[in-house]
Amino acid sequence: MEQMQAADGTPLKRSLKRALRRQKLRALALVAPLLIFVLITFVIPIGNMLFRSVENQIVENTLPETISALKDWDAQGGELPSDDMFTLLYIDLWLAQEQKLHTRLGSRLNYEVSGVSSVFRKTGRRVGRFDTDIYTEQFTELDPAWEDPTTWVALFEDDAAADALQLTARTWDRWSDYLVSEDEDPAAEDIQDFLFTALHFDLSRAEGLTEGPPILQSAAEVAGSFKTVNLKEAFADADNDWADLELWQTLKLYSPTYTPGYFLNSIDMQKSLDGIEMQPANEQIYITLFGRTLWMSLVIMGCCILLGYPIAWLLANLPARKANLLLILVLLPFWTSLLVRTSAWKVMLQQQGVINDVLVWIGLVSNGDRLVMINNQFGTIVAMTHILLPFMILPMYSVMQTIPPSYLRAAKSLGATNWTAFWRVYFPQSVPGIGAGSILVFILAIGYYITPEIVGGTQGVFISNRIAYHISSSLNWGLAAALGTILLVIVLMLYWAYDKIVGIDNVKLG
Amino acid sequence: MADTSNAAAFVEFERVQKSYDGETLVVKDLNLSMPKGEFLTMLGPSGSGKTTCLMMLAGFETATHGEIKLDGKPINNIPPHKRGIGMVFQNYALFPHMTVAENLAFPLEVRKLSKSEREAKVKRALDMVQMGEFGGRRPAQLSGGQQQRIALARALVFEPELVLMDEPLGALDKQLREHMQFEITNLAHDLGITTVYVTHDQTEALTMSDRVAVFDDGRIQQLAPPDTLYEEPENSFVAQFIGENNTLEGRIEEVQGELCTVKLDSGDIIDARPVNIAGPGTKTRVSIRPERVEFMPERLSPDAHLLDAVVEEFIYMGDTFRTRLRVAGRNDFVMKYRNAPDQRRLKKGEEIRIGWLPEDCRALDA
Ligand SMILES: Nc1ncnc2c1ncn2[C@@H]1O[C@H](COP(=O)(O)OP(=O)(O)OP(=O)(O)O)[C@@H](O)[C@H]1O
Ligand SMILES: [Mg+2]
Repeated sequence: MEQMQAADGTPLKRSLKRALRRQKLRALALVAPLLIFVLITFVIPIGNMLFRSVENQIVENTLPETISALKDWDAQGGELPSDDMFTLLYIDLWLAQEQKLHTRLGSRLNYEVSGVSSVFRKTGRRVGRFDTDIYTEQFTELDPAWEDPTTWVALFEDDAAADALQLTARTWDRWSDYLVSEDEDPAAEDIQDFLFTALHFDLSRAEGLTEGPPILQSAAEVAGSFKTVNLKEAFADADNDWADLELWQTLKLYSPTYTPGYFLNSIDMQKSLDGIEMQPANEQIYITLFGRTLWMSLVIMGCCILLGYPIAWLLANLPARKANLLLILVLLPFWTSLLVRTSAWKVMLQQQGVINDVLVWIGLVSNGDRLVMINNQFGTIVAMTHILLPFMILPMYSVMQTIPPSYLRAAKSLGATNWTAFWRVYFPQSVPGIGAGSILVFILAIGYYITPEIVGGTQGVFISNRIAYHISSSLNWGLAAALGTILLVIVLMLYWAYDKIVGIDNVKLG
Repeated sequence: MADTSNAAAFVEFERVQKSYDGETLVVKDLNLSMPKGEFLTMLGPSGSGKTTCLMMLAGFETATHGEIKLDGKPINNIPPHKRGIGMVFQNYALFPHMTVAENLAFPLEVRKLSKSEREAKVKRALDMVQMGEFGGRRPAQLSGGQQQRIALARALVFEPELVLMDEPLGALDKQLREHMQFEITNLAHDLGITTVYVTHDQTEALTMSDRVAVFDDGRIQQLAPPDTLYEEPENSFVAQFIGENNTLEGRIEEVQGELCTVKLDSGDIIDARPVNIAGPGTKTRVSIRPERVEFMPERLSPDAHLLDAVVEEFIYMGDTFRTRLRVAGRNDFVMKYRNAPDQRRLKKGEEIRIGWLPEDCRALDA
């Protein structure tokens, strides 16, 4: 079959494809700004949040030697790790405190077991003053060249030596990487005690080092008879908790790079040596909070439907001029700051507030027992219903506007009473508006923050207030991210359920 | 005659007035009485108050003044759902969230009929409009003509004695409309229902109705069977509104019983039948149907007054010829004649003399 050709002789298919590609590129260029904006402001933050909720690299990155050695330690054996472990911990911690990383690790672990933070801070301060200088002295006595950093630089350029002294080589790498990152020259910095500790650790284990430079061989021969420091005691001296099994167990539990720990915490559970268990009863708050958030959002949504439906109906059925006026009244709250509206409710609802004053004045309530309407769930529900009401009214209105009045007339002409006509004919057609408004209000409510914060007290706060607390006060971003992720999943699940039950095509926003 | 029809009147409007804003009357002094089983059409230009009348009858608007009676009883205070009047809306108003069968069952449900009765009636109504297989569909899945039939079936399914239709065929194309006109009239006559039908399509009105009420300016201008309306319009509005019409303006010269002479503004004298005039010397508009104009001398009576005319345009329309003439200073005078062996085709610019039988030329109000 002959191929179709374009006017210039190229095959038609190819020139069509080229033309289409150009069109697509142009279209892409047009949407690119939005795409990039959405990517930066939506996809990336959410991705980042999802990642943070399971990410736990800090433990392994800060204490790499300790963590890798802990893999072989039996946490339930009832015995403290060996002296070697303390040597590795000493090396890790020395490097960490030099880079000021140990406090961050301390705060991280403090989320799981309180008190860990201070252990790390205290130990970090002490670790530089451990008696490990005796290793330095003994090595320099043997050969003063050990004191010269260039010796070390040369030593680890030799692969055989690096092979023989694995811990020292890794430690040296970390040390010189750190110096380079600080714009300093490893060949010019003094050799620190922890490097000699590592060297002694390696050499005292090396049996008859036959290869490598002579300085190393001679050191290897005598290293076994060096005086040693008991680092276990030194640590226990710095902070008693190091002699305690619990701290080590925590370290081991939270050593993996990714952890379900934050999610477990979000649902009032925790990891333990025996698997997953509930938090102690007095620390369980999140399930209650999630439940309360969902329940109150539902109540707020219900209130919005009840209050919004008649208003939307009026909007759709009043003559244009009155409807416009009403619409302005509905939109008016949008033109006032959220903070002002919420605070206004404080003024209205508080015990010395307008409503209580009126009730007392009428005599419905005696001055002594004024109603408590603020800083509790009632206050949150009232204020949030008011604030979210437009989000219910507007979708309802836009749906009701499209329902011609002739349907109601038709129903009545067919013999239906006003109520039947409304309930059987008008209401079913307005359901998409209710659905759209409900989704909007519920999703907004479930993640609402400012209003519950101001008028919620302790009983009326939402999960988002807790998230905000972890973001800005406790700085436990992992937990905040896990809570946020759960919230996101709940919303998605509700959306999915709604789609199954009502059908998302039935939702009309305008 | 008038008395007997009044005694059997099924629907009656008595001096009904309607104002929406308290300033202007949309319906002014409406009097109408319909016997049972009649198919009456309200015809009129847009805004003439047809829908308003229908809505008052259905109960969705209240009359500002006057009385509406159904089967002899005043219904002003009966709410719409108790009037038992079937209604077909211009946009059909089929409930979109119900299937066709549910739509039809709705009026039966609210009347608390049993399920089996409902099903039987729905089926009968669907069969009546030849839509038996469509019971399970949603209105959105039907074509315009099918929706129209369902709307009709729904208005009839609860067996009302009176059915109101407000421009029910307005949204359909010409062919379908003609077909539906036929179906609707057949159904109405077969079932013996009284029908009030609103349209502003005069062909529809003429072909379907027993009687047509021509509305203008909130009044019935003429209420008569279609042929009377066409052939004997009572005023110049009706003459103009129904069918094609030539209008000439002039003054009554003299009146002699069933005949009068009119002096046109151009000075020519013509014969006419006095229908709606005040008397000699008053202004009048005479109306002549294009097909009643003759130009062959042998077809005209010898003593008839003739007018000079010049052919401005000759249009061949197959079965008829249509010519536009300059007559008495106007050049929009139309003459139509049959394409027959004894007729000849005029040429543009040809000078002829035209005339008509005096009874075909009606002198009406100015
Ligand atoms: N709800 C209303 N409020 C105020 N004026 C109205 C209302 N409905 C109709 N009118 C006015 O009453 C007059 C008659 O309206 P109506 O609808 O009866 O006309 P119609 O003969 O049905 O016209 P159409 O052929 O266009 O449907 C119009 O001038 C219209 O503007
Ligand atoms: Mg109308």
